[in-house]
Amino acid sequence: MTTTTEAPALATRKLTYVKAFNEGLAQAMREDENVFVAGEDVAGYGGVFRMFDNLLDEFGPRRMIDTPISEAALVGLGVGAAAQGLRPVVDLMFMDFIGVCLDQIVNQAAKMKYMFGGALSVPLTITTASGAGLGAAAQHSQSLEAWLAHVPGLKVVMPCDAYTAKGLTVSAIRDDNPVVVMLNKVLLGSTGEVPEEIYGIPLGQAHTARQGSDVTVIALGRMVGEALAAADELAAEGVEIEVIDPRTVQPLDTETMFASVRRTNRVLVVHEAVTFGGLGAEIAAQIQDVVFDYLDAPVLRIGAPFSPVPFSPVLEKAYVPDRARIAQGCRRLLERS
Amino acid sequence: MAQRASTASKKSTQVSTQVIRDLHERMVRIRLFETEAGKLMEAGKLPGFLHLYVGQEAVAAGVMAALRDDDQITSTHRGHGHAVAKGVGFREMYAELYGRVTGACLGRGGSMHINDLSRGMLGANGIVGAGVPIAVGAAFAARYKGEDSVAVTFFGDGATNIGAFHEGANMAAILGLPVVFVCENNGYAEFTPQSGHMLLTDVADRAAAYGMPSVIVDGMDAVAVHRAAAEAVARARAGAGPMMIEAKTYRFFDHQGVKGLRHPYRSDEEVAEWKSRDPIDLLEARALADGTATRADLDDVWQRTREEIADAIAYAEASPLPDPADLLMNVYSG
Repeated sequence: MTTTTEAPALATRKLTYVKAFNEGLAQAMREDENVFVAGEDVAGYGGVFRMFDNLLDEFGPRRMIDTPISEAALVGLGVGAAAQGLRPVVDLMFMDFIGVCLDQIVNQAAKMKYMFGGALSVPLTITTASGAGLGAAAQHSQSLEAWLAHVPGLKVVMPCDAYTAKGLTVSAIRDDNPVVVMLNKVLLGSTGEVPEEIYGIPLGQAHTARQGSDVTVIALGRMVGEALAAADELAAEGVEIEVIDPRTVQPLDTETMFASVRRTNRVLVVHEAVTFGGLGAEIAAQIQDVVFDYLDAPVLRIGAPFSPVPFSPVLEKAYVPDRARIAQGCRRLLERS
Repeated sequence: MAQRASTASKKSTQVSTQVIRDLHERMVRIRLFETEAGKLMEAGKLPGFLHLYVGQEAVAAGVMAALRDDDQITSTHRGHGHAVAKGVGFREMYAELYGRVTGACLGRGGSMHINDLSRGMLGANGIVGAGVPIAVGAAFAARYKGEDSVAVTFFGDGATNIGAFHEGANMAAILGLPVVFVCENNGYAEFTPQSGHMLLTDVADRAAAYGMPSVIVDGMDAVAVHRAAAEAVARARAGAGPMMIEAKTYRFFDHQGVKGLRHPYRSDEEVAEWKSRDPIDLLEARALADGTATRADLDDVWQRTREEIADAIAYAEASPLPDPADLLMNVYSG
């Protein structure tokens, strides 16, 4: 289902995560005249995270639209425009703000195709910044992928690095369904090798970021990097973990996970979102459903405690899962049996 | 910039014979569609909810007669009247109410999601106020593509208390989009009278908050609605931005279904008074008085429509049910 290493034949260079996103968006806009961007401060200001830098200069005010702080109307504008054949990209700035426009996402964008009998598609892309780690506190730090992945009709992607930030964004825009692109705030300035050309990364295909035989670690978004760091630490102890990045959490590529578990017999799922009701629970359930007989230990979930994201850095650090907790979790799994 | 005429413009009281007949036919089509649907519901033939539009026909007819097929509308939970007036066929509408695979939504949507993109019917909507921003998006798309179509969003008095309405109104205004906001003020948000859900007498006052002109019309007078709509649509089409029409109207049936009231939230006198101003009776009286139509002309419309409806109901009842094997069809594109 997936290759072990991403070997783009294209010429690459180092780019930050946010610039990779910006480049993918600009290329998608060049590729398709029907793509436009709307959101608060996306045009004149270039986005509070500089996600939309320079796009107004190239594409002008027709395709780069600053809107009032009206997320319900903003997403609704995207739904209506998508229903008329455009490919809107609407930006929600912080993922936490989906609370004020959830109806338009959940009841309108997601359901329109189905409840209209397939009469139309809603090729809407919603970009937003998620995740903790910047001291942004409880209303600006959440990872709410489980809310959205629960809704039939939506797709949700979680880029873990610059390469996926660009490729998943391009694929989201090209996709005929509403797709939420969860960028990660902490990763915005991180760098990685990114091809210059436009490219898409298939939605619904997991990527094995590192091969290993002892434990499968399924990591979402920023946790992929933490898992890879934990892998280095564990390798020094003679433990080889396999790191799987789902990339897309809806649809979820469980086949890649099952295949890995059949080889490693131990699995840990890690995400920034609170553990309770998180995607770790869904993944654990599906694994026990399908590959229970291969498990040498119960599926271990690592997520945030059941609390809002705290402000004080010392509390926030204790709150968000990290490489140390992942490594410790792997050791616990190996201690069983 | 914000201004409001206290009543619709009185100029050009002449309306062509063609318009009168058009309004009449659209209203009769709605009335008969709805009353027959009500009977089917009472007979236990239709699953789900049924929010009947009877009494408000002049609004849908008056507005839709001012629109082209490529103009888009978004509707409400009480959306059959809009769909019928916009030209959606009886067959696919009844088939949808029956949950048949031949329905407008292949039996997946039901009463509250009837749509027909070929007619610019962007869908009824089960969420109060939610169609407002979607119409704004449709208008945005039209302008983006360099087309001169407009979008009309229908909503009730109750919907003007929800955020999506206010956000959508402001968004349309600040972006200068060709959207006509049509408030069908039937005096009640479900079972709560307007006086119990807002301190305003006129919903149209809310338009001023967004720098949007507005007009109040008698929502039982199809000609008055049509004149106001034609002005607002022409204005939007010419690039002058959004406008609101508040049509004061009334629903003759209950919020949902056709049965009696669980509690007397409307007095018999109030209902009778509004029914004495039945919008179809008013238009027929006008047509007969000014010689636009004879009784025979009008009766012919009723008779033809009855036959078309009988055919559509028979078609719906004979249509196959959806196959549960296709349950997951259309959850996603591609």
